[in-house]
Amino acid sequence: MIFSFQLLFEAILFGILLGCFYAAVSIGLSVAFGLLDVPHVAHPAVLILGAYCTYLLGSYGWDPIVAGLALMPLFFLFGIALYRFYYETFEKRGTDAGVRGLAFFFGIAFIIEVGLILAFGVDQRLVEAEYIGKSLSFGEMRIPLRMLLAFAIALVLTAALTLYLSKTFTGRAIKAVAQDEAALRLMGADPVRIKQWAFGIATGVTALTGALLIIIGPVEPMLDRVYIGRTFCVVVLAGLGSMTGTLAAGLILGISESIVLMHFGASWAPAVAFGLLLVVLGIRPQGLFGR
Amino acid sequence: MTGIKRRGVLVAGVLALAIGAFASPALAQQPIKIGHSMALTGALGGGGKAALIALQLWVEDVNAKGGLLGRKVELVTYDDQSNPATTPGIYTKLLDVDKVDLLIAPYATVPTAPLMPLVKQRGLLLMGNYSFQVNSRVQHDMWFNNAPWNVAASWSDNFFKAGKKFNAKTVAFLVADQEFAQNLARGAKSIAATQGLKTVYEQNYPPTTVDFSSMIRAIRSAKPDIVYVMSYPNDSVAIVRSVNEIGVGPSVKLIGGGMVGLQFAPVMESLGSMLNGWVNYHTYVPEKSMEFPGVKNFLARYAKKAVEAKVDPLGYYLPPYNYAIGQMLEQAVTATKSLDHKVLAKYIRENEMKTIVGGIRYGKDGEWADARVVMVQFRGVVDKNVEQFRQPGKQVIVEPAAYKTGDVLPFDKARK
Repeated sequence: MIFSFQLLFEAILFGILLGCFYAAVSIGLSVAFGLLDVPHVAHPAVLILGAYCTYLLGSYGWDPIVAGLALMPLFFLFGIALYRFYYETFEKRGTDAGVRGLAFFFGIAFIIEVGLILAFGVDQRLVEAEYIGKSLSFGEMRIPLRMLLAFAIALVLTAALTLYLSKTFTGRAIKAVAQDEAALRLMGADPVRIKQWAFGIATGVTALTGALLIIIGPVEPMLDRVYIGRTFCVVVLAGLGSMTGTLAAGLILGISESIVLMHFGASWAPAVAFGLLLVVLGIRPQGLFGR
Repeated sequence: MTGIKRRGVLVAGVLALAIGAFASPALAQQPIKIGHSMALTGALGGGGKAALIALQLWVEDVNAKGGLLGRKVELVTYDDQSNPATTPGIYTKLLDVDKVDLLIAPYATVPTAPLMPLVKQRGLLLMGNYSFQVNSRVQHDMWFNNAPWNVAASWSDNFFKAGKKFNAKTVAFLVADQEFAQNLARGAKSIAATQGLKTVYEQNYPPTTVDFSSMIRAIRSAKPDIVYVMSYPNDSVAIVRSVNEIGVGPSVKLIGGGMVGLQFAPVMESLGSMLNGWVNYHTYVPEKSMEFPGVKNFLARYAKKAVEAKVDPLGYYLPPYNYAIGQMLEQAVTATKSLDHKVLAKYIRENEMKTIVGGIRYGKDGEWADARVVMVQFRGVVDKNVEQFRQPGKQVIVEPAAYKTGDVLPFDKARK
């Protein structure tokens, strides 16, 4: 084992950047699962879909971030349609909607996987951009630009969603539907439309974070399986529905992984991260920022 | 029996004889079925699809020449989804339901391993398809692997031979935490120990690792002369990018070794100039020393089909060796005029196989008697150009001496 304070400092720094990436890819799920209580296990598959759409636009010369932003409205509409279909066929019909919904979203994930295989093949796909493969130097220390981008996107998304959910009428309605759907209905609002809108936002955000995913590394159609555990871990650790909590949970996961990886052995990193989740849930079952 | 009935029986008898007379040649004309599973989806799907194109090309070629023993050849293929749990069932079906005449193993080690007891028990010839050491314990004498390696050390000894040029004293290991990678790394570590290299950094990483910045930073801090990496495609890309971003430091003269993925066109094209200086294993590159008869023609035909199938357009890694499987079966069946597995296995064991990847002789364990894993160094690679890899000089063979097309350069020098 190599130890120096310089290395420890860099491990924390890399952990912060990695944590922001984890938070960014989890934030859509934080809305869909955390706020709306929809068992959206297809979230990582939608993320990969976003990455592939970015790749497709990239092949026409689009910058990945511009592509991600351009895809957001399309994914927003896709999210609305997906929720409506889920609501009409599953949620509306009974008390076991959770279990059947899980099957529904697993089905969606498989359809996306197979669709991507048919459309793009099974090879890894990457994008190219000026900021990929380059870094900022501070003396001995070098920080990858693509990770700085993850940092910036996570901060912007967290701030934007937090402000939207607390300062706008629709945002507050989304929070209200998460807390008490019946009360919202008594106030004259339609909880289904609110949830549909929120699910659209969650899916729209995932287009941009999908672009981030393919900037960070190559993607292949079944990569969603790698992210399913991590994204749910971040959302549950955060406390369901908290955007700032999602950022904090991502940071905790990223920093702990990075320190363990640099100083103790990479094989321990996932075990430590999920061990941390168990400890936190043991002490605070509602998660770090849950109420 | 009345006259009418007698006539009826007679007509029926004549008809039966006539059908029999026509049916016998028809039966003889039934195709020779070659059964196998292939990873067409899942983690190994990219390689599997490319490999299947090569086998299909061989079937086209052999049938154009009239088939084998006067019968057409037919490939019976199932998708094993890169999942080892599926292969025993698939091969049982191939043998008992499809009644195939010959077998080819699935692509890669893990899906092949569960089949070895089955083929040994039934005394069947199995042509291996890029697996590693699956026969080391089973010791089946009718197993022949198409891959140009044998023992674990054969993957990495040329890498460390290249390292000798730099008078290296220290080494760092970065290895995926999976059985195959760990087996190969064990071979690499034993060679490093034999050469008296001191290990200054050793890291096994889980396959779900997203970012390698911390590990590359730790390697730079350890100041090794050589960095041996054993990684899978996604990790290989992330590691190359991280090294480009973080840097491994001026001490490192040689880096690479056993990185899976740097042989595949989409990865090579995307990484572009970031690849310069890396030294990595390969099985075929378009260098002068590897211009085996027929390989250029095969690759040209493969490239056309690969574009349609959306797979690796270069196809240097797996496809020529899959075509070679077909050629070996063709040579053995033609020479022995038999489909008897024992007869064919005896022939393959005792004779040199002539293929588009050169002559192959097998050792007792069914692996290549003389391994031929070449170490190539990426040089002068530019961005966004897959066609450049069809030219010699971009992947210079630095070891072994028999195939060498250039001397290995220090990592930082080769990047300039």
